[in-house]
Amino acid sequence: MPLVPDPGRRLALEVTSFLVRRARWSPLELAFWVIAAASFWLFPQKHLILTEICIWGLFALSLDLILGYAGIISLGHAAFFGLGAYAAGLLAKYGWINEPTVALVVAGLLAAAVGFVTSFLVLRGSDLTRLMVTFGVALILGEIANKFSDITGGADGLQGVEIKPLLGWFELDIFGHVGYAYALVVLFVLFVIARRVVRSPFGLSLQAIRGNPLRSAAVGIAVNWRLVAIYTLSAGYAGIAGALLAQTQAFASLEMFSIERSSDVLLILIIGGTGWLYGGLIGALIYRLLQDQLSELTARYWQFWIGLILVAIVITGRDRVGRWLAPVTRLADEIARWRPWTARAAPTREAP
Amino acid sequence: MAKLAARERVAEAILTILFDGVAYGMLLFVLACGLSVTLGLMNVVNLAHGVFAVAGGYVAVVVVNNWGVPFFAALPIAFLAGAALGAVLERTLYVHVYTKSHLDQVLFTIGLVFMAVAAVDYAMGSRQQFVQIPAYLQGQFNVFGVGIGRYRLMIIVLCGLLTIALQLILAKTRFGSRLRAAVDDQRVARGLGINVGVVFGLTFAFGSGLAALGGALGAEILGLDPIFPLKYLIYFLIVVTVGGTSSITGPFVASILLGIGDVAGKYYVPTLSSFVIYSIMIVMLLWRPQGLFSRSASR
Repeated sequence: MPLVPDPGRRLALEVTSFLVRRARWSPLELAFWVIAAASFWLFPQKHLILTEICIWGLFALSLDLILGYAGIISLGHAAFFGLGAYAAGLLAKYGWINEPTVALVVAGLLAAAVGFVTSFLVLRGSDLTRLMVTFGVALILGEIANKFSDITGGADGLQGVEIKPLLGWFELDIFGHVGYAYALVVLFVLFVIARRVVRSPFGLSLQAIRGNPLRSAAVGIAVNWRLVAIYTLSAGYAGIAGALLAQTQAFASLEMFSIERSSDVLLILIIGGTGWLYGGLIGALIYRLLQDQLSELTARYWQFWIGLILVAIVITGRDRVGRWLAPVTRLADEIARWRPWTARAAPTREAP
Repeated sequence: MAKLAARERVAEAILTILFDGVAYGMLLFVLACGLSVTLGLMNVVNLAHGVFAVAGGYVAVVVVNNWGVPFFAALPIAFLAGAALGAVLERTLYVHVYTKSHLDQVLFTIGLVFMAVAAVDYAMGSRQQFVQIPAYLQGQFNVFGVGIGRYRLMIIVLCGLLTIALQLILAKTRFGSRLRAAVDDQRVARGLGINVGVVFGLTFAFGSGLAALGGALGAEILGLDPIFPLKYLIYFLIVVTVGGTSSITGPFVASILLGIGDVAGKYYVPTLSSFVIYSIMIVMLLWRPQGLFSRSASR
């Protein structure tokens, strides 16, 4: 007589196999990164702007972690971006840490630490309080950078930053070739980590919290600690993005803390779509190209058009815009599901 | 003797701070009270509230400086302009975002702010503008050694009267009781036959008008330039979150506290003045996350 399999164990196996399947890289994703890598050789004249796109993409990715996965609206995510930028700039300027990659990590850790401390404020209250607190934190940090002007240069920005060669070998050139490779590698590494995080059970629990915090708590998810964790991680990512900008441009300014920057990154993420990690990267690409076009039209007033786009997106409805793109995404899904190397081996589910 | 004189000076300084702070706080209240009512009524996160203040301020600038309209006649004009702008935007654009998520509302209203900032910059230039105030409102006089600015005194009197009028409208009129009913429980209010949409539209327009009035009055004290809506956004948010949205007493007390705190901070620790405000805000939120005067935490 065959033994009845343990139902709990069976469920655990099913869940594991679901998570593994979910975490697999689809051909479309691979294609995305192959193209990203190829862009280094395809567009050598565009490396400066591509570097910027990478940095914006990373910044938007960090926002996606809290907005797309945990549902935290932030109006001051630039706080961590600016903090990272100033940290990296100051470390290089005063020669405290000469190796840029180490400085990058330190800047990220510093931003994460501040993110950890401020996350407890974000936990409290409604969306409106969160808006106010995140905005307030960005204002305070910007104010600190402004007030300690003998160290930070105040309103003139942090000047005279000299970045030493990467790993002692690769000098950051004025054409941005090395800078782009650096930004791309950092972006890829951090993306892989973020992808791993959001597809883990931890990432799933975040989405549960976004859906309904009360029920999530009822099924045993430690809501507050999960939010603290993802907020800290996201702050660290934003800090690294800022540090990358400071290192590739050898400059940091108060504008990096501004609400304009916080809302620009929101717009980028919205253009690309929240909650799938690629949204930030694609949004950054579209946004930067758009910004180029709009600046040519009206150099001083291009913010007007940014505002108009935001209003238009909301009035049209973000889901409706998504529906117009439905045929494209369906095709993308088809391609994404197409896995010649596992098609045969796909396990057929037995009836229970 | 010297000790006594020193103590007198301290007392004078404190009185001056209180006076300036109350004037500032009253101004903030007129600017922000419309926001707290609309937020309580429709749960709309409206970050574009400052746009109406700027509109009122610039209307006053044009009307007084260019057309030579007397200052006190310009105030109602600014109010009406703001109210009209509010009514138009509410009917054409805001109605579409009531049912949307907070994220959508944030995006929408931030977009409006950007458009307004660029449009004002385009139309009026980016430098700071001033409304010419009449001679009898300039300067200050002394009461027991405390310098009382005439303009600030006018603001306190005017805004005080406005606050009383608002409280009376809310407490005594039929419209006021409809509004309170709608804020308390929208569904039940609808069930009782109150047209919440109309109540909301009127309130929105009125609140925008008040913001415009505040903008016209505050041009002298707060400074008027295109980025005003972003510069004072945090103040509006503090008034609304700390004061709560269930009455106008809460935002009023919050505004006065904020005004006095800000002026005192600028007086005693000028280099750290903004930290004072933000620290107060953070402590308040840690202490009472739902606002100082909220009745229930459930909504």
